[in-house]
Amino acid sequence: MLNDSILTWITFMPAAGAVVVALLPRKGRVIQWFSLLVTLVTFVLSLHLPAHFDYAQHGFQFEENHPWISSPAIHYHLGIDGLSLWLVLLTTFLAPIGVLVSWRAIKARTKEFYFLFLLQQTAMIGVFVSLDLFLYYGFWELSLVPMAVLIAMFGRNRGPQAALKFFLYTFLPSALFLVAIIWLYAKTGTFDFVELQSRLAGGGFAPEALAWVSLAFLVAFAVKVPVFPLHGWLADAIQEAPTAMAMVIAGKLGLYSILRFNLGLFPVQARAIAPLMIVVAVVGLLYGALVALAQSDMRRLIAYSILSHLSFCTLGIFCFALAGLNGAVYQTINEGLTGGALLVLVSLIYERYDTCDMSMFGGLAGKLPMLATLYVITSLALVGLPLFNGFVGEFLVLSGGFPVHPGWVAAATVGVILSASYMLWMVQRIFYGRQSSLVVHRPALDLNAREHIMLWPMAVLMLAMGVLSPYWIKGIETGVGGLANAPAATARATFDAAHHGQPARTEAVSMEKQ
Amino acid sequence: MTDLHLWLIPIVPFAGFLVNGLVGRKLPKALVTAVALVAAAVPMIQVAAIIAGPGSPAVPHIENLGTWIRAGSFHADFSFQLDHLTLVMLCVVTGVGFVIHLYSVGYMGEEAGYWRFFSYMNLFLFFMLMLVLAENFLLMFVGWEGVGLASYLLIGFYYTRDSAADAGKKAFIVNRIGDFGFLLAMFLLIAHFGTLSFQEIFGQIGMHPAWQGGFLTAIALLLVLGATGKSAQIPLYVWLPDAMEGPTPVSALIHAATMVTAGVYMVARTHLIFDRSAVALAVVAIIGTATAFFAATIGMAQNDIKRVLAYSTVSQLGYMFLGCGVAAYSAGIFHLVTHAFFKALLFLAAGSVIHALGGEQDMRAMGGLRRRIPITFWTMTAAVFAISGFPPLAGFVSKDEILYQAFVSPNAGGRILWAVGLLTAGLTAFYMFRLWYMTFFGEYRGAHSEEPTEHGAPVHARSDTKLVLEAEPAGHGHGVHESPWVMLIPLIILAVLSVIGGAMGWPEALGGTNWFAHFLANGAPRTSHAAAADKGLEAVLAIVSTLVALAGWFVAHLMYYAKPELPERLTARMHALYALVANKYWVDQIYGALIVAPVLFIARYLLGGLIDRGIIDGGTLTAGYTAQGIGALLARIQSGNIRSYAGWLALFAALMLAAAWFGWITQFLPR
Repeated sequence: MLNDSILTWITFMPAAGAVVVALLPRKGRVIQWFSLLVTLVTFVLSLHLPAHFDYAQHGFQFEENHPWISSPAIHYHLGIDGLSLWLVLLTTFLAPIGVLVSWRAIKARTKEFYFLFLLQQTAMIGVFVSLDLFLYYGFWELSLVPMAVLIAMFGRNRGPQAALKFFLYTFLPSALFLVAIIWLYAKTGTFDFVELQSRLAGGGFAPEALAWVSLAFLVAFAVKVPVFPLHGWLADAIQEAPTAMAMVIAGKLGLYSILRFNLGLFPVQARAIAPLMIVVAVVGLLYGALVALAQSDMRRLIAYSILSHLSFCTLGIFCFALAGLNGAVYQTINEGLTGGALLVLVSLIYERYDTCDMSMFGGLAGKLPMLATLYVITSLALVGLPLFNGFVGEFLVLSGGFPVHPGWVAAATVGVILSASYMLWMVQRIFYGRQSSLVVHRPALDLNAREHIMLWPMAVLMLAMGVLSPYWIKGIETGVGGLANAPAATARATFDAAHHGQPARTEAVSMEKQ
Repeated sequence: MTDLHLWLIPIVPFAGFLVNGLVGRKLPKALVTAVALVAAAVPMIQVAAIIAGPGSPAVPHIENLGTWIRAGSFHADFSFQLDHLTLVMLCVVTGVGFVIHLYSVGYMGEEAGYWRFFSYMNLFLFFMLMLVLAENFLLMFVGWEGVGLASYLLIGFYYTRDSAADAGKKAFIVNRIGDFGFLLAMFLLIAHFGTLSFQEIFGQIGMHPAWQGGFLTAIALLLVLGATGKSAQIPLYVWLPDAMEGPTPVSALIHAATMVTAGVYMVARTHLIFDRSAVALAVVAIIGTATAFFAATIGMAQNDIKRVLAYSTVSQLGYMFLGCGVAAYSAGIFHLVTHAFFKALLFLAAGSVIHALGGEQDMRAMGGLRRRIPITFWTMTAAVFAISGFPPLAGFVSKDEILYQAFVSPNAGGRILWAVGLLTAGLTAFYMFRLWYMTFFGEYRGAHSEEPTEHGAPVHARSDTKLVLEAEPAGHGHGVHESPWVMLIPLIILAVLSVIGGAMGWPEALGGTNWFAHFLANGAPRTSHAAAADKGLEAVLAIVSTLVALAGWFVAHLMYYAKPELPERLTARMHALYALVANKYWVDQIYGALIVAPVLFIARYLLGGLIDRGIIDGGTLTAGYTAQGIGALLARIQSGNIRSYAGWLALFAALMLAAAWFGWITQFLPR
């Protein structure tokens, strides 16, 4: 049965492709075409998952569990649930686009580039499907190494410096994370996620130790998201990294891991630290939006907007409301899709004009109307215009979190004003007004077929996810439903009471009277 | 009631948008026109068919197409509802919408972006129809934000002009401030009711008569914030005058007849919430009255014909808010309808004037046009008399209904609201007849006077006009001429409606039946106190307001016809007052200095410079050097990165302050 091995196929197809790339000759565009083929095959294979996913079931599906090493007990344990399902699909969907966007941008050392690129794909998928902590950690580290090397090798001007920053930020917490994993193994004798979950829920651990362990997990993940104020690497990395890497560098890996491990393994500790996380989420949301407002480089602006939008996800997670968790996962996908599309569009501008400095631009819409159209569509999706994907995510996060933390969520809602401000201002500075001398004098063609092919699927998906959200949410909800439950009783009660026609307000009032 | 296929009403314009938006660039112009007009006509025909069809829906007719957003037990659906309030709005949107589409065929005929213009116009219709058909707050919000998008695109239609791009962005962002309120209102609604469906929420409110004020006031006030954004009321009105950068048919359709009335519609639609909150109603009434008066005063001193009309729109929307604020929702909606007729007509006629003059918008360069463009003159005359409130025209009937309702309102301030509204009516008559005289009477001042100096012109108003000049359809330089029939027929249709439209709601005091208010009894009723009121009083008030309108006309006649040297003398004498009004009370400048500049300063220097570059970047590098050893770190600190120092210093100071603040504030906590 394909169901029993599909995850292995999806995970290792890119890695196998990477090995072949290493052997291919450096002639013409052989390597590009082959990488495109590999990523497309991987994507088609991954379509098997939503097609055969059982939306009525809550646990892990497509599981593969084989003993790998007996001592220490490491299992080759793969599986997905509603939480990871669409993140895997997002990764495989973005991979061919990553190849296409690098098509002309990466001119030299293509073999090295596509080898590392494909390896990184395997690592990212592996992170989402591993259910053994040791295996997971292997993939996690593997996702960082090619990234850092690619930034250093293919960075634009200050690549090595950005790579060093990325390295410092991500590897040091990862080392602590490894210590925490080993401590867990020493106490429980297992790396298996499901087993660990039940053991930890059973109790019998020193609460202080668990708090430190969960903190080590959280810091490693929060850096990777990144969560304010741990975002120091983000702007430089996005500015320097090749677009195919910048598209996937932030967001999904860290947020998935917080949901899977911090909420899944350490629910009590996660709730204990929630107030702090809410604060840093809201601060980061407004901070990112305001700093974005002050940027003059398109990539840096997008980097801060990503910081701001990912803070929505953090907020949604740590409100522990069902709608908020759904929205957090949805927003994670949105960010990968919309932020990715925006970075692709910026790279197309960069390929044509060799700069991302907005002060050099003006009136580009008259010259590149199709590019302008897609840029505007993507910007509108990013600012959360209804009927686009971004609105669904933001709305679920904010409406779900509001009954729990009304003050903080109201502050976060200011973000919708700021995001419209910096995005529309960016669009205006690049595309509207009189044509700048750069735009007038440098000949440039509008989108070609390759560029159309990579942009339209993303644009259509933004709209589809904005209109038909239940299709995605039904899966996501089976994954995050269990994470909301018990300690978030206040939010749930509000929802349920309201659903039965008994507003929470009156309930609260009557309780006060008693 | 059978299935009415309500979803077809918005989806047809959307199809028109897709066709013209995706392939319009390559289609012949006639085909673009055909697609756009059909996409605008089909909804109108469908609405007409519903009205003519067997039995109008007495109870709200609801059609649900499926779930849009779901999480846990919460869900928001693609569900549409039709009741009498919706029906009225549908008639206005599709009727006026189609007429303006028709007019645009002539007005925009020479434009390079013809296809783009019509695809945006169809997109606007789609969202506006979604807004009025929605059965829940969230779907209404789709239309609400969507019309904002269409407005953004159309204001910035001449995107190569910085002023147009600026105005579009400003409109969108200011509207977003309002939408912030709308969103928070929805979060509160979900927290309290678990749903956003109108039926379910209003049903629950109906079942709990004890709910007064409290959270309902909070919800209502947040909705009002949303409404002030969309409907250009104080404090968020600033975007609408700038929106005149868009082509004139856009000003007529979006920024006069339909989109800007969405806030009024929303208050009427959710009136069951407002009925429970005297505070919120009072706020609506006060905002409306203040805006009506304030905008009218600005309108008196503008020289750009479209800007006069823009401030007039803001002012008239204030009247509608006043009507809703005294719980006379049907009166507010009635004025919305008649205003759609005469204000759309005023804009289209102004467009015809601008067209005739080859792009001139400055009234000081007009004059004496009544014989040269007679049809435009006569239709505009109908609109001027209608908006000024002369019986029996449409504007008289609806405005008087609002003033009367304010007068008899049980609120303590009802008489004050009435008095200010009455004064505003006089100002309205003044600035409209000022426009009328300056445009159509006296000598033509256009051809020979490049520097019109009729009265002291603020410099920046001139530069505004210059910018506009470049973009409005030019190329008609050869003499003043009447517009083509495709533009005149819409004028005539709207003129007829402006004259007779008042008959729908002719007051009982003057021998009518006020059919309109009865028709709206399900949807947006009047309150009961109005029905019991004195018919004699209503008649007296009608006479008073007619006299006030006459007075406004008389003053305008004196100043701009009989003694044209008078305005200059007056402005010279009251220079400060005139400057205040002509410069729009400097509100834009005040907002810029108090809000925009500080936000940008904080973003750029405090956050972007000190914190991000200084602390976070500096912190990273410091960490990097730590790895290399303490000595290097010390060297780093001593060699000095100024920004890093300053950043750390600022952070330290902030922490000290925060500690002091929390220490101080804990003493107020209960022990």
